[in-house]
Amino acid sequence: MTRPTTRIDAKFAELSAAGKKAFVTYVMAGDPDYDTSLEIVKGLPGAGVDVIELGLPFTDPMADGPTIQLAGQRALEAGMTLERTLQLAADFRKGDTTTPIVLMGYYNPIYSRGVDTFLADAKEAGIDGLIVVDLPPEEDAELCLPAQAAGLNFIRLATPTTDDARLPRVMQNTSGFVYYVSITGITGAAEAEASDVGPEVARLKAATDLPVIVGFGIKTPQRAQTIASISDGAVVGSAIVAEIGAGKPVSEVLDFVKSLAEGAHAG
Amino acid sequence: MADDLINSFMNGPDEQGRFGIFGGRFVSETLMPLILSLEEEYEKAKVDPDFWAEMDDLWKHYVGRPSPLYFAERLTDHLGGAKIYMKRDELNHTGAHKVNNVLGQILLARRMGKTRIIAETGAGQHGVATATVCAKFGLKCVVYMGAHDVRRQAPNVFRMRLLGAEVIPVTSGRGTLKDAMNDALRDWVTNVRDTFYCIGTVAGPHPYPAMVRDFQSVIGKEVRWQLAEQEGEGRLPDTLIAAIGGGSNAMGLFHPFLDDKTVNIIGVEAGGKGVDEKMEHCASLTGGRPGVLHGNRTYLLQDDDGQILEGFSISAGLDYPGIGPEHAWLHETGRAQYVSITDKEALEAFQLSCALEGIIPALEPSHALAHVMKIAPELPRDHIIVMNMCGRGDKDIFTVARHLGFDMSDTEEGRDLDD
Repeated sequence: MTRPTTRIDAKFAELSAAGKKAFVTYVMAGDPDYDTSLEIVKGLPGAGVDVIELGLPFTDPMADGPTIQLAGQRALEAGMTLERTLQLAADFRKGDTTTPIVLMGYYNPIYSRGVDTFLADAKEAGIDGLIVVDLPPEEDAELCLPAQAAGLNFIRLATPTTDDARLPRVMQNTSGFVYYVSITGITGAAEAEASDVGPEVARLKAATDLPVIVGFGIKTPQRAQTIASISDGAVVGSAIVAEIGAGKPVSEVLDFVKSLAEGAHAG
Repeated sequence: MADDLINSFMNGPDEQGRFGIFGGRFVSETLMPLILSLEEEYEKAKVDPDFWAEMDDLWKHYVGRPSPLYFAERLTDHLGGAKIYMKRDELNHTGAHKVNNVLGQILLARRMGKTRIIAETGAGQHGVATATVCAKFGLKCVVYMGAHDVRRQAPNVFRMRLLGAEVIPVTSGRGTLKDAMNDALRDWVTNVRDTFYCIGTVAGPHPYPAMVRDFQSVIGKEVRWQLAEQEGEGRLPDTLIAAIGGGSNAMGLFHPFLDDKTVNIIGVEAGGKGVDEKMEHCASLTGGRPGVLHGNRTYLLQDDDGQILEGFSISAGLDYPGIGPEHAWLHETGRAQYVSITDKEALEAFQLSCALEGIIPALEPSHALAHVMKIAPELPRDHIIVMNMCGRGDKDIFTVARHLGFDMSDTEEGRDLDD
């Protein structure tokens, strides 16, 4: 199946040509408020971020640890919605036409809006891909297939419990990149052993031509470097969200992101 | 789906775990292999006579089944219409229907070699049942309970601790049953190797809604032969009534009768302070719309943005913003009717049951009884209603006392109850 090239595909082609690993960050849209959040997101590419995962706030984030749960609550309390999340992406797009944005969240707000309407609006807002935590391959007809048909990447999570028998099914309708969840657990939890992650990345890469990016539990530049060195890139979420949650000024948040980016890019 | 296209209402779910559009498997990839292996194990157990022989033995000797089907004569006379039977599942060991299902799941966990059991609980009845069966089988038990419920159901918290369970008060989100379920899922995703998630109701990802229903169907199956015994061979109930939070006691009563077209089926949701735009209720079907939460698509209380709303009910056991997916389907196909009862009406029914039948009901079945009180007077005397008395009210007496303005603060047990 040939798919239209997205900003995600273009970004990974560029990184690959330059021999660089990808640095991916997650922040919650609208945390702590719309304007601050937009300012942070706008600053991410300059701090060295290759792909932005933009969190869609949800009341019941079952796969997330306390750090991201609280970020979602802050955003919701500040009036964030799916519509405003897309607006934030669109506002970012006005000044940046190349950095990919992956919307990451849970299915209900999308289902509530209506899949077709959502996909049209997301595309219009400049979203490039989707990660929807509670849509496994068994539910591909819900959103994954319509999203790909609409020209958005649908990025799948692979986990330590994804065994070899199941792996082809997980890879089948995945595009953009594969997100390897390096631990069994929630976001912001303990880090995985690098010695465990390496063989797992190799196992995934044997099953796909897509880049394999590793996340969960990465909190320091050193760790980002180690993980990036054994994969195609590293994702950091909770560690950055915790800085935002602690009320750090935007410049300090972005300095921290920059240090992580330097780590990942040295990997 | 039009009614004439359905040959049977008892064949669901399909291979994707769907009842019509409801149900499914909306879980993270980490959990997907776990629920597939659970499904495989359940499919094997379901057709294994040894599994059911062990269940029957435990139901009989440990739980005390069959529970009586009791003709509530004074209540019938008082209401002056339909003949009212109560299915006495409050007489089960642990005081509610919850143990029916827990036994089944714990036997499955043992077959799968799992050594650690986790559960969520609202009123504490499912938590107590799970802690009980874990104690019996020597399994480690961890129960997640919303911090708000920990306060209003203090006696059950202590019971669970006596039974050796670790009770974890959940403060994430708003600290209610749905948050307890979120935290239980977070635990499961972290402890995938040794842990079995024992869900307390007919909700969650496939195969839970079907599996829990199958274990609870012992209720309806008993009603069928017990009524025949008392009313004559072949006599079916005319109306079945049960309270619904997630809906497991109701599914257990309803399911064996779904294809008996003469049987009216009524589920009673918690109307809280009234089902209106203020949303101070838990009536997912009457006041919600379809959405996806906790692994299944079903009717949910949610705002325009798809954010989940908190339910509100005097009954902690009904305080859940969703409902089992099979109920959503029965609602849409019209096979069952769903109504709501307010806190006030449930309290009146609670008192009537105490006064006329000497049965202190839990607040959950008090909702079912309140609907019986509404419809029975208008029905003929040969109309048989079976309501599910799915839990006893000992756990609720402090809540009821407070609502009736009775001060129990000086009593030993009443201390520390702050709300």
